[in-house]
Amino acid sequence: MSAETIQSRREWLLSDRPASRLQARLGRAYVSWRRFSANRLALVGMLIIIALLVVAAFADVLAPYSPTVGDLKNARLLAPSAAHWFGTDDLGRDIYSRIVYGARWTLYVVILVAIIAAPIGLLVGTVAGYAGGWTDTILMRVTDIFLAFPKLVLALAFVAALGPGIENAVLAIAITSWPPYARIARAETLTVRNSDYIKAVQLMGASPFRIVLRHIMPLCISSLIIRVTLDMAGIILTAAGLGFLGLGAQPPLPEWGAMIASGRRFILDQWWVAAAPGAAILIVSLGFNLLGDGLRDALDPRSGDQ
Amino acid sequence: MTAAIAIQGLEVVFDRFRALKGVSLEVREGESYGLVGESGSGKSTLLKAITGLAPVASGTVTVNGKPLGKTRDKAFYREVQMVFQDPYGSLHPRQTVDRLLQEPLAIHGIADGEKRIERALDEVGLGKGFRFRYAHQLSGGQRQRVAIARALILEPSILLLDEPTSALDASVQAEVLNLLEEVRRRRKLTFLMVSHDLAIITHMCERLMVMQNGEAVETLTASQLIGHRVSEDYTRNLLRASEGFVRA
Repeated sequence: MSAETIQSRREWLLSDRPASRLQARLGRAYVSWRRFSANRLALVGMLIIIALLVVAAFADVLAPYSPTVGDLKNARLLAPSAAHWFGTDDLGRDIYSRIVYGARWTLYVVILVAIIAAPIGLLVGTVAGYAGGWTDTILMRVTDIFLAFPKLVLALAFVAALGPGIENAVLAIAITSWPPYARIARAETLTVRNSDYIKAVQLMGASPFRIVLRHIMPLCISSLIIRVTLDMAGIILTAAGLGFLGLGAQPPLPEWGAMIASGRRFILDQWWVAAAPGAAILIVSLGFNLLGDGLRDALDPRSGDQ
Repeated sequence: MTAAIAIQGLEVVFDRFRALKGVSLEVREGESYGLVGESGSGKSTLLKAITGLAPVASGTVTVNGKPLGKTRDKAFYREVQMVFQDPYGSLHPRQTVDRLLQEPLAIHGIADGEKRIERALDEVGLGKGFRFRYAHQLSGGQRQRVAIARALILEPSILLLDEPTSALDASVQAEVLNLLEEVRRRRKLTFLMVSHDLAIITHMCERLMVMQNGEAVETLTASQLIGHRVSEDYTRNLLRASEGFVRA
Protein backbone atom coordinates (compact mmCIF):
# COMPACT_ATOMS: atom_id res chain seq x y z
CA MET A 1 0.00 0.00 0.00
CA SER A 2 1.47 3.35 -0.96
CA ALA A 3 1.72 6.25 1.45
CA GLU A 4 -0.95 8.08 -0.52
CA THR A 5 -3.62 5.42 -0.13
CA ILE A 6 -2.88 5.19 3.59
CA GLN A 7 -3.21 8.95 3.82
CA SER A 8 -6.53 8.98 1.97
CA ARG A 9 -7.85 6.13 4.11
CA ARG A 10 -7.02 8.05 7.24
CA GLU A 11 -8.84 11.07 5.88
CA TRP A 12 -11.82 8.90 5.07
CA LEU A 13 -11.87 7.60 8.64
CA LEU A 14 -11.47 10.99 10.24
CA SER A 15 -13.96 12.71 7.94
CA ASP A 16 -16.17 15.32 9.56
CA ARG A 17 -19.05 14.36 7.32
CA PRO A 18 -19.26 10.58 7.09
CA ALA A 19 -21.42 9.37 4.22
CA SER A 20 -22.64 6.11 5.72
CA ARG A 21 -23.40 4.42 9.01
CA LEU A 22 -20.34 2.23 8.55
CA GLN A 23 -17.99 5.14 7.99
CA ALA A 24 -19.29 6.92 11.09
CA ARG A 25 -18.77 3.83 13.21
CA LEU A 26 -15.34 3.03 11.83
CA GLY A 27 -14.25 6.64 12.22
CA ARG A 28 -15.25 6.56 15.84
CA ALA A 29 -13.43 3.28 16.41
CA TYR A 30 -10.35 4.71 14.72
CA VAL A 31 -10.31 7.74 17.01
CA SER A 32 -10.55 5.45 20.03
CA TRP A 33 -7.79 3.26 18.64
CA ARG A 34 -5.50 6.25 18.11
CA ARG A 35 -6.04 7.36 21.66
CA PHE A 36 -5.43 3.82 22.90
CA SER A 37 -2.32 3.20 20.83
CA ALA A 38 -0.75 6.47 21.94
CA ASN A 39 -0.30 4.75 25.29
CA ARG A 40 2.76 2.45 24.98
CA LEU A 41 2.08 0.50 28.16
CA ALA A 42 -1.47 -0.22 27.05
CA LEU A 43 -0.07 -1.70 23.85
CA VAL A 44 2.24 -3.90 25.91
CA GLY A 45 -0.79 -5.04 27.92
CA MET A 46 -2.69 -5.79 24.74
CA LEU A 47 0.25 -7.77 23.36
CA ILE A 48 0.36 -9.88 26.53
CA ILE A 49 -3.35 -10.64 26.25
CA ILE A 50 -3.05 -11.44 22.54
CA ALA A 51 -0.13 -13.73 23.37
CA LEU A 52 -2.31 -15.43 25.99
CA LEU A 53 -5.04 -15.93 23.39
CA VAL A 54 -2.58 -17.36 20.87
CA VAL A 55 -1.04 -19.70 23.43
CA ALA A 56 -4.47 -20.93 24.50
CA ALA A 57 -5.60 -21.44 20.91
CA PHE A 58 -2.48 -23.32 19.80
CA ALA A 59 -1.71 -25.17 23.04
CA ASP A 60 -1.69 -28.49 21.21
CA VAL A 61 1.05 -27.25 18.89
CA LEU A 62 3.05 -25.28 21.42
CA ALA A 63 3.21 -27.86 24.20
CA PRO A 64 5.88 -30.52 23.64
CA TYR A 65 4.55 -32.90 26.30
CA SER A 66 1.20 -33.99 27.68
CA PRO A 67 -0.02 -31.68 30.46
CA THR A 68 -1.48 -34.49 32.52
CA VAL A 69 0.67 -37.57 31.94
CA GLY A 70 4.22 -37.44 33.26
CA ASP A 71 7.26 -39.68 33.32
CA LEU A 72 7.29 -40.72 36.95
CA LYS A 73 10.29 -42.97 36.55
CA ASN A 74 12.82 -40.66 34.91
CA ALA A 75 11.62 -37.08 35.04
CA ARG A 76 10.56 -36.17 38.59
CA LEU A 77 11.36 -32.64 39.75
CA LEU A 78 13.97 -31.92 37.09
CA ALA A 79 15.49 -28.42 37.01
CA PRO A 80 14.85 -26.21 33.96
CA SER A 81 16.83 -27.45 30.97
CA ALA A 82 16.66 -27.53 27.18
CA ALA A 83 14.37 -30.56 27.27
CA HIS A 84 12.08 -29.15 29.96
CA TRP A 85 12.19 -25.35 29.74
CA PHE A 86 10.54 -24.76 33.10
CA GLY A 87 11.52 -28.08 34.64
CA THR A 88 9.18 -30.86 35.73
CA ASP A 89 6.93 -31.33 38.74
CA ASP A 90 6.63 -34.08 41.32
CA LEU A 91 4.71 -36.34 38.95
CA GLY A 92 7.28 -35.92 36.19
CA ARG A 93 5.06 -33.63 34.07
CA ASP A 94 6.60 -30.89 31.95
CA ILE A 95 5.75 -27.56 33.64
CA TYR A 96 6.01 -25.57 30.40
CA SER A 97 3.36 -27.78 28.77
CA ARG A 98 1.15 -27.47 31.83
CA ILE A 99 1.42 -23.68 31.78
CA VAL A 100 0.59 -23.59 28.08
CA TYR A 101 -2.53 -25.70 28.63
CA GLY A 102 -3.27 -23.74 31.81
CA ALA A 103 -3.70 -20.61 29.67
CA ARG A 104 -6.93 -22.19 28.41
CA TRP A 105 -8.29 -22.58 31.92
CA THR A 106 -7.27 -19.08 32.87
CA LEU A 107 -9.09 -17.68 29.84
CA TYR A 108 -12.05 -19.95 30.51
CA VAL A 109 -12.39 -18.59 34.04
CA VAL A 110 -11.85 -14.94 33.12
CA ILE A 111 -14.22 -14.93 30.15
CA LEU A 112 -16.98 -16.88 31.87
CA VAL A 113 -16.85 -14.68 34.94
CA ALA A 114 -16.93 -11.55 32.78
CA ILE A 115 -19.90 -12.66 30.69
CA ILE A 116 -21.86 -13.76 33.76
CA ALA A 117 -21.04 -10.93 36.16
CA ALA A 118 -20.93 -7.88 33.86
CA PRO A 119 -24.44 -8.25 32.37
CA ILE A 120 -25.95 -8.95 35.81
CA GLY A 121 -24.27 -5.86 37.25
CA LEU A 122 -25.23 -3.75 34.24
CA LEU A 123 -28.85 -4.81 34.37
CA VAL A 124 -29.25 -4.39 38.14
CA GLY A 125 -27.47 -1.04 38.13
CA THR A 126 -29.26 0.56 35.19
CA VAL A 127 -32.69 -0.65 36.28
CA ALA A 128 -32.12 0.54 39.84
CA GLY A 129 -30.78 3.89 38.68
CA TYR A 130 -33.48 4.55 36.13
CA ALA A 131 -36.48 3.27 38.09
CA GLY A 132 -35.54 4.89 41.40
CA GLY A 133 -37.84 4.62 44.41
CA TRP A 134 -38.52 1.20 45.87
CA THR A 135 -36.96 -0.74 43.02
CA ASP A 136 -33.73 1.16 43.55
CA THR A 137 -33.77 0.66 47.32
CA ILE A 138 -34.37 -3.08 47.12
CA LEU A 139 -31.84 -3.74 44.35
CA MET A 140 -29.13 -1.65 45.96
CA ARG A 141 -29.62 -3.17 49.41
CA VAL A 142 -29.20 -6.62 47.88
CA THR A 143 -26.05 -5.32 46.22
CA ASP A 144 -24.83 -3.96 49.55
CA ILE A 145 -25.36 -7.33 51.20
CA PHE A 146 -23.17 -8.98 48.58
CA LEU A 147 -20.57 -6.24 48.93
CA ALA A 148 -20.44 -6.64 52.70
CA PHE A 149 -18.92 -10.12 52.45
CA PRO A 150 -15.19 -10.49 51.80
CA LYS A 151 -15.01 -11.73 48.22
CA LEU A 152 -12.83 -14.78 48.73
CA VAL A 153 -14.72 -15.89 51.83
CA LEU A 154 -18.06 -15.66 50.05
CA ALA A 155 -16.63 -17.53 47.06
CA LEU A 156 -15.32 -20.15 49.47
CA ALA A 157 -18.75 -20.54 51.01
CA PHE A 158 -20.34 -20.96 47.58
CA VAL A 159 -17.75 -23.51 46.46
CA ALA A 160 -18.12 -25.38 49.72
CA ALA A 161 -21.88 -25.54 49.14
CA LEU A 162 -21.70 -26.37 45.43
CA GLY A 163 -18.72 -28.69 45.63
CA PRO A 164 -15.17 -28.08 44.40
CA GLY A 165 -14.45 -27.80 40.68
CA ILE A 166 -13.57 -25.14 38.16
CA GLU A 167 -17.18 -24.54 37.01
CA ASN A 168 -18.32 -23.92 40.56
CA ALA A 169 -15.32 -21.69 41.17
CA VAL A 170 -16.36 -19.63 38.12
CA LEU A 171 -19.91 -19.41 39.42
CA ALA A 172 -18.74 -18.42 42.89
CA ILE A 173 -16.45 -15.70 41.55
CA ALA A 174 -19.19 -14.39 39.24
CA ILE A 175 -21.69 -14.22 42.09
CA THR A 176 -19.25 -12.24 44.20
CA SER A 177 -17.98 -9.88 41.53
CA TRP A 178 -21.14 -8.33 40.05
CA PRO A 179 -21.97 -5.84 42.87
CA PRO A 180 -19.26 -3.30 41.98
CA TYR A 181 -20.51 -3.34 38.37
CA ALA A 182 -24.03 -2.66 39.56
CA ARG A 183 -22.75 0.29 41.59
CA ILE A 184 -20.90 1.73 38.60
CA ALA A 185 -23.82 1.24 36.23
CA ARG A 186 -26.21 2.86 38.72
CA ALA A 187 -23.93 5.86 39.22
CA GLU A 188 -23.61 6.33 35.46
CA THR A 189 -27.36 5.98 35.04
CA LEU A 190 -28.07 8.58 37.69
CA THR A 191 -25.90 11.11 35.88
CA VAL A 192 -27.76 10.68 32.58
CA ARG A 193 -31.33 9.82 33.56
CA ASN A 194 -32.38 13.45 33.97
CA SER A 195 -30.53 14.72 30.93
CA ASP A 196 -32.47 16.34 28.11
CA TYR A 197 -31.60 13.64 25.61
CA ILE A 198 -33.21 10.99 27.78
CA LYS A 199 -36.24 13.27 28.27
CA ALA A 200 -36.39 13.72 24.52
CA VAL A 201 -36.64 9.96 24.06
CA GLN A 202 -39.31 9.80 26.76
CA LEU A 203 -41.18 12.42 24.75
CA MET A 204 -40.99 10.13 21.73
CA GLY A 205 -43.14 7.72 23.72
CA ALA A 206 -40.36 5.19 24.32
CA SER A 207 -40.98 2.53 26.96
CA PRO A 208 -38.72 2.50 30.05
CA PHE A 209 -37.39 -0.85 28.87
CA ARG A 210 -36.32 0.64 25.56
CA ILE A 211 -34.76 3.68 27.20
CA VAL A 212 -32.67 1.58 29.58
CA LEU A 213 -31.64 -0.91 26.93
CA ARG A 214 -30.91 1.36 23.98
CA HIS A 215 -30.09 4.73 25.45
CA ILE A 216 -28.71 4.26 28.96
CA MET A 217 -26.83 0.97 28.72
CA PRO A 218 -24.59 2.07 25.82
CA LEU A 219 -23.45 4.97 27.98
CA CYS A 220 -22.57 2.69 30.88
CA ILE A 221 -20.80 0.05 28.84
CA SER A 222 -17.47 1.79 28.37
CA SER A 223 -16.88 2.40 32.06
CA LEU A 224 -17.98 -1.15 32.70
CA ILE A 225 -15.55 -2.59 30.14
CA ILE A 226 -12.75 -0.65 31.77
CA ARG A 227 -13.69 -1.87 35.21
CA VAL A 228 -14.09 -5.50 34.10
CA THR A 229 -10.71 -5.45 32.38
CA LEU A 230 -9.07 -4.05 35.50
CA ASP A 231 -10.87 -6.67 37.58
CA MET A 232 -9.66 -9.53 35.40
CA ALA A 233 -6.39 -9.63 37.30
CA GLY A 234 -8.40 -9.97 40.50
CA ILE A 235 -10.52 -12.71 38.95
CA ILE A 236 -7.42 -14.65 37.94
CA LEU A 237 -6.00 -14.24 41.42
CA THR A 238 -9.24 -15.33 43.09
CA ALA A 239 -9.45 -18.35 40.79
CA ALA A 240 -5.82 -19.12 41.58
CA GLY A 241 -6.55 -18.64 45.27
CA LEU A 242 -9.46 -21.07 45.12
CA GLY A 243 -7.26 -23.47 43.16
CA PHE A 244 -4.53 -23.04 45.74
CA LEU A 245 -6.96 -23.90 48.54
CA GLY A 246 -8.00 -26.99 46.62
CA LEU A 247 -11.53 -25.69 45.96
CA GLY A 248 -11.06 -24.62 42.34
CA ALA A 249 -9.66 -26.78 39.57
CA GLN A 250 -9.11 -30.38 40.64
CA PRO A 251 -6.07 -32.46 39.70
CA PRO A 252 -4.90 -33.24 37.12
CA LEU A 253 -6.22 -30.04 35.48
CA PRO A 254 -3.25 -27.75 34.74
CA GLU A 255 -4.73 -24.68 36.43
CA TRP A 256 -2.06 -22.19 37.49
CA GLY A 257 -3.28 -21.66 41.06
CA ALA A 258 -3.52 -25.38 41.68
CA MET A 259 -0.02 -25.78 40.23
CA ILE A 260 1.38 -23.33 42.76
CA ALA A 261 -0.42 -25.19 45.51
CA SER A 262 1.15 -28.48 44.54
CA GLY A 263 4.57 -26.84 44.13
CA ARG A 264 4.42 -25.36 47.62
CA ARG A 265 5.73 -28.58 49.15
CA PHE A 266 9.05 -28.33 47.35
CA ILE A 267 9.35 -24.57 47.27
CA LEU A 268 12.73 -24.48 49.05
CA ASP A 269 14.51 -27.17 47.03
CA GLN A 270 12.67 -27.13 43.70
CA TRP A 271 11.60 -23.49 43.44
CA TRP A 272 10.68 -23.67 39.74
CA VAL A 273 7.64 -25.83 40.36
CA ALA A 274 5.82 -22.94 42.05
CA ALA A 275 7.70 -20.05 40.44
CA ALA A 276 6.74 -20.78 36.81
CA PRO A 277 2.94 -20.68 37.26
CA GLY A 278 3.37 -17.78 39.68
CA ALA A 279 5.20 -15.80 37.02
CA ALA A 280 2.51 -16.70 34.46
CA ILE A 281 -0.21 -15.36 36.77
CA LEU A 282 1.83 -12.23 37.43
CA ILE A 283 2.41 -11.50 33.74
CA VAL A 284 -1.18 -12.09 32.67
CA SER A 285 -2.58 -10.03 35.57
CA LEU A 286 -0.21 -7.23 34.68
CA GLY A 287 -1.31 -7.47 31.04
CA PHE A 288 -4.98 -7.08 31.97
CA ASN A 289 -4.19 -4.15 34.26
CA LEU A 290 -2.20 -2.32 31.59
CA LEU A 291 -4.91 -3.02 29.02
CA GLY A 292 -7.57 -1.71 31.38
CA ASP A 293 -5.65 1.48 32.01
CA GLY A 294 -5.28 2.02 28.28
CA LEU A 295 -8.96 1.38 27.69
CA ARG A 296 -9.83 3.94 30.33
CA ASP A 297 -7.96 6.57 28.35
CA ALA A 298 -9.50 5.46 25.07
CA LEU A 299 -13.10 4.87 26.09
CA ASP A 300 -13.82 7.11 29.05
CA PRO A 301 -16.71 9.32 27.94
CA ARG A 302 -15.48 12.11 30.17
CA SER A 303 -12.09 12.39 28.48
CA GLY A 304 -12.51 14.42 25.33
CA ASP A 305 -15.84 14.94 23.61
CA GLN A 306 -16.50 11.53 22.15
CA MET B 1 -61.84 27.50 15.86
CA THR B 2 -61.13 24.93 18.58
CA ALA B 3 -58.39 25.20 21.14
CA ALA B 4 -55.24 23.21 20.42
CA ILE B 5 -54.24 23.34 24.06
CA ALA B 6 -56.62 24.27 26.87
CA ILE B 7 -55.35 24.34 30.42
CA GLN B 8 -57.60 24.85 33.45
CA GLY B 9 -56.32 25.56 36.96
CA LEU B 10 -53.07 23.64 36.52
CA GLU B 11 -51.11 22.98 39.72
CA VAL B 12 -47.66 21.40 39.77
CA VAL B 13 -46.10 20.48 43.09
CA PHE B 14 -42.50 19.25 43.50
CA ASP B 15 -42.26 17.75 46.98
CA ARG B 16 -43.79 20.69 48.81
CA PHE B 17 -42.88 23.45 46.41
CA ARG B 18 -45.78 24.74 44.33
CA ALA B 19 -44.18 25.47 40.98
CA LEU B 20 -47.49 26.27 39.27
CA LYS B 21 -50.39 27.76 41.16
CA GLY B 22 -53.59 27.29 39.23
CA VAL B 23 -52.62 28.49 35.79
CA SER B 24 -55.22 28.58 33.01
CA LEU B 25 -54.47 29.15 29.37
CA GLU B 26 -55.91 28.56 25.93
CA VAL B 27 -53.88 28.23 22.74
CA ARG B 28 -55.87 28.31 19.52
CA GLU B 29 -55.17 25.99 16.65
CA GLY B 30 -52.45 27.32 14.36
CA GLU B 31 -51.54 30.04 16.79
CA SER B 32 -48.13 30.92 18.14
CA TYR B 33 -48.41 31.58 21.84
CA GLY B 34 -45.66 32.95 24.06
CA LEU B 35 -44.90 32.48 27.73
CA VAL B 36 -42.64 35.08 29.31
CA GLY B 37 -41.33 35.65 32.78
CA GLU B 38 -38.14 35.62 34.77
CA SER B 39 -36.29 32.43 35.73
CA GLY B 40 -38.31 30.31 38.11
CA SER B 41 -41.62 31.79 37.10
CA GLY B 42 -42.88 28.35 36.08
CA LYS B 43 -42.98 28.77 32.31
CA SER B 44 -40.80 25.74 31.55
CA THR B 45 -42.67 23.75 34.19
CA LEU B 46 -45.87 24.47 32.32
CA LEU B 47 -44.44 22.85 29.18
CA LYS B 48 -43.18 19.89 31.17
CA ALA B 49 -46.59 19.46 32.78
CA ILE B 50 -48.20 19.28 29.35
CA THR B 51 -45.75 16.60 28.19
CA GLY B 52 -46.12 14.62 31.38
CA LEU B 53 -42.57 15.23 32.63
CA ALA B 54 -43.72 17.25 35.66
CA PRO B 55 -46.07 15.95 38.35
CA VAL B 56 -49.52 17.49 37.91
CA ALA B 57 -51.27 17.91 41.28
CA SER B 58 -54.59 19.20 39.97
CA GLY B 59 -56.18 20.88 36.99
CA THR B 60 -56.90 19.67 33.50
CA VAL B 61 -54.99 19.76 30.26
CA THR B 62 -56.88 19.27 26.99
CA VAL B 63 -55.03 18.76 23.72
CA ASN B 64 -57.00 18.97 20.46
CA GLY B 65 -60.23 18.45 22.40
CA LYS B 66 -58.99 15.34 24.22
CA PRO B 67 -58.50 15.62 27.98
CA LEU B 68 -55.23 14.10 29.18
CA GLY B 69 -55.01 11.64 32.06
CA LYS B 70 -52.11 10.85 34.33
CA THR B 71 -50.07 9.10 31.67
CA ARG B 72 -49.54 10.07 28.05
CA ASP B 73 -50.02 7.51 25.32
CA LYS B 74 -48.16 7.17 22.04
CA ALA B 75 -50.90 8.99 20.15
CA PHE B 76 -50.25 12.04 22.33
CA TYR B 77 -46.59 12.11 21.38
CA ARG B 78 -47.52 12.06 17.71
CA GLU B 79 -49.53 15.21 18.31
CA VAL B 80 -47.21 17.09 20.66
CA GLN B 81 -43.44 17.35 20.45
CA MET B 82 -40.93 19.53 22.21
CA VAL B 83 -37.65 21.29 21.44
CA PHE B 84 -35.37 21.73 24.41
CA GLN B 85 -33.42 24.76 25.49
CA ASP B 86 -29.90 23.38 25.48
CA PRO B 87 -28.85 21.89 22.14
CA TYR B 88 -25.68 20.59 23.78
CA GLY B 89 -27.66 18.48 26.21
CA SER B 90 -30.59 17.34 24.15
CA LEU B 91 -28.76 15.08 21.68
CA HIS B 92 -27.48 11.68 22.78
CA PRO B 93 -23.65 11.87 22.82
CA ARG B 94 -23.18 8.38 21.38
CA GLN B 95 -25.71 8.43 18.58
CA THR B 96 -25.43 9.70 15.05
CA VAL B 97 -28.02 12.10 13.69
CA ASP B 98 -29.34 9.18 11.65
CA ARG B 99 -29.84 7.01 14.73
CA LEU B 100 -31.43 9.92 16.62
CA LEU B 101 -33.98 10.47 13.89
CA GLN B 102 -34.65 6.78 13.47
CA GLU B 103 -35.54 6.28 17.11
CA PRO B 104 -38.96 7.98 17.05
CA LEU B 105 -39.81 6.17 13.81
CA ALA B 106 -38.86 2.83 15.35
CA ILE B 107 -40.87 3.54 18.50
CA HIS B 108 -43.97 4.37 16.50
CA GLY B 109 -43.44 1.66 13.92
CA ILE B 110 -43.35 4.01 10.94
CA ALA B 111 -42.25 2.29 7.78
CA ASP B 112 -41.00 4.91 5.31
CA GLY B 113 -38.07 5.84 7.58
CA GLU B 114 -35.45 6.51 4.92
CA LYS B 115 -37.61 9.06 3.12
CA ARG B 116 -38.77 10.75 6.27
CA ILE B 117 -35.25 11.20 7.60
CA GLU B 118 -34.06 12.72 4.35
CA ARG B 119 -37.08 14.99 4.19
CA ALA B 120 -36.69 16.07 7.81
CA LEU B 121 -33.02 16.92 7.32
CA ASP B 122 -33.81 18.88 4.16
CA GLU B 123 -36.59 20.70 5.91
CA VAL B 124 -34.33 22.03 8.65
CA GLY B 125 -31.66 23.02 6.16
CA LEU B 126 -29.17 20.25 6.87
CA GLY B 127 -28.15 18.23 3.85
CA LYS B 128 -27.30 14.55 3.60
CA GLY B 129 -23.76 15.34 4.73
CA PHE B 130 -24.98 15.71 8.29
CA ARG B 131 -26.84 12.46 8.51
CA PHE B 132 -24.10 10.28 9.93
CA ARG B 133 -22.44 12.78 12.21
CA TYR B 134 -22.28 12.57 15.94
CA ALA B 135 -23.49 15.44 18.10
CA HIS B 136 -19.93 16.54 18.87
CA GLN B 137 -19.31 17.07 15.16
CA LEU B 138 -22.06 19.71 15.00
CA SER B 139 -22.22 23.36 16.02
CA GLY B 140 -24.84 24.66 18.42
CA GLY B 141 -27.12 25.90 15.66
CA GLN B 142 -26.80 22.65 13.73
CA ARG B 143 -27.61 20.70 16.86
CA GLN B 144 -30.74 22.72 17.41
CA ARG B 145 -31.73 22.07 13.80
CA VAL B 146 -31.33 18.36 14.41
CA ALA B 147 -33.46 18.69 17.55
CA ILE B 148 -36.14 20.44 15.49
CA ALA B 149 -35.94 17.73 12.82
CA ARG B 150 -36.39 15.11 15.52
CA ALA B 151 -39.43 16.90 16.87
CA LEU B 152 -40.93 17.24 13.39
CA ILE B 153 -40.30 13.72 12.18
CA LEU B 154 -43.43 12.37 13.87
CA GLU B 155 -45.41 15.13 12.12
CA PRO B 156 -46.98 16.61 15.27
CA SER B 157 -49.52 19.40 15.14
CA ILE B 158 -48.27 21.14 18.26
CA LEU B 159 -44.68 22.08 19.01
CA LEU B 160 -43.59 23.12 22.49
CA LEU B 161 -40.48 25.29 22.41
CA ASP B 162 -38.52 25.73 25.62
CA GLU B 163 -36.31 28.75 24.97
CA PRO B 164 -35.12 27.19 21.72
CA THR B 165 -32.56 29.86 20.96
CA SER B 166 -31.31 31.14 24.30
CA ALA B 167 -28.18 28.98 24.15
CA LEU B 168 -27.23 30.22 20.67
CA ASP B 169 -25.44 33.37 19.60
CA ALA B 170 -27.36 36.20 17.97
CA SER B 171 -26.91 35.45 14.26
CA VAL B 172 -27.62 31.74 14.71
CA GLN B 173 -30.63 32.68 16.85
CA ALA B 174 -32.16 34.56 13.94
CA GLU B 175 -31.58 31.63 11.57
CA VAL B 176 -33.22 29.15 13.91
CA LEU B 177 -36.16 31.48 14.58
CA ASN B 178 -36.69 31.97 10.86
CA LEU B 179 -36.56 28.24 10.36
CA LEU B 180 -39.20 27.76 13.05
CA GLU B 181 -41.41 30.43 11.47
CA GLU B 182 -41.09 28.80 8.08
CA VAL B 183 -41.86 25.33 9.40
CA ARG B 184 -44.88 26.64 11.24
CA ARG B 185 -46.26 28.31 8.15
CA ARG B 186 -45.68 25.29 5.96
CA ARG B 187 -47.05 22.69 8.36
CA LYS B 188 -49.70 24.91 9.99
CA LEU B 189 -48.31 24.08 13.41
CA THR B 190 -49.37 25.42 16.77
CA PHE B 191 -46.49 26.80 18.82
CA LEU B 192 -46.31 27.22 22.56
CA MET B 193 -43.06 29.04 23.11
CA VAL B 194 -41.24 29.90 26.30
CA SER B 195 -38.72 32.70 26.34
CA HIS B 196 -37.40 35.38 28.61
CA ASP B 197 -36.52 37.47 25.59
CA LEU B 198 -39.42 39.84 24.89
CA ALA B 199 -38.07 40.73 21.45
CA ILE B 200 -38.22 37.11 20.34
CA ILE B 201 -41.71 36.66 21.75
CA THR B 202 -43.06 39.76 20.04
CA HIS B 203 -41.43 38.66 16.80
CA MET B 204 -42.71 35.09 16.92
CA CYS B 205 -46.00 35.13 18.79
CA GLU B 206 -49.43 36.64 18.33
CA ARG B 207 -50.46 36.34 21.93
CA LEU B 208 -48.55 35.83 25.12
CA MET B 209 -48.92 35.29 28.82
CA VAL B 210 -46.72 36.91 31.44
CA MET B 211 -45.91 34.68 34.39
CA GLN B 212 -44.44 35.29 37.84
CA ASN B 213 -43.92 32.88 40.74
CA GLY B 214 -45.99 30.16 39.15
CA GLU B 215 -48.96 32.41 38.44
CA ALA B 216 -50.28 34.13 35.37
CA VAL B 217 -49.81 37.90 35.63
CA GLU B 218 -51.63 38.93 32.48
CA THR B 219 -52.43 37.91 28.93
CA LEU B 220 -51.51 40.27 26.10
CA THR B 221 -51.35 40.43 22.35
CA ALA B 222 -48.01 41.10 20.73
CA SER B 223 -49.15 44.53 19.56
CA GLN B 224 -50.17 45.48 23.08
CA LEU B 225 -46.71 44.57 24.27
CA ILE B 226 -45.00 46.51 21.49
CA GLY B 227 -47.18 49.53 22.24
CA HIS B 228 -46.46 49.15 25.96
CA ARG B 229 -50.21 48.97 26.62
CA VAL B 230 -49.85 46.78 29.67
CA SER B 231 -51.84 46.91 32.87
CA GLU B 232 -49.59 45.19 35.41
CA ASP B 233 -46.54 46.69 37.10
CA TYR B 234 -44.63 43.44 36.78
CA THR B 235 -44.95 43.47 33.00
CA ARG B 236 -43.86 47.10 32.94
CA ASN B 237 -40.75 46.15 34.90
CA LEU B 238 -40.02 43.33 32.50
CA LEU B 239 -40.34 45.70 29.58
CA ARG B 240 -38.01 48.18 31.20
CA ALA B 241 -35.48 45.44 31.97
CA SER B 242 -35.60 44.20 28.39
CA GLU B 243 -34.55 47.59 27.07
CA GLY B 244 -31.18 46.88 28.62
CA PHE B 245 -28.79 49.22 30.31
CA VAL B 246 -29.41 52.88 29.78
CA ARG B 247 -26.53 55.21 30.33
CA ALA B 248 -27.42 57.73 32.96
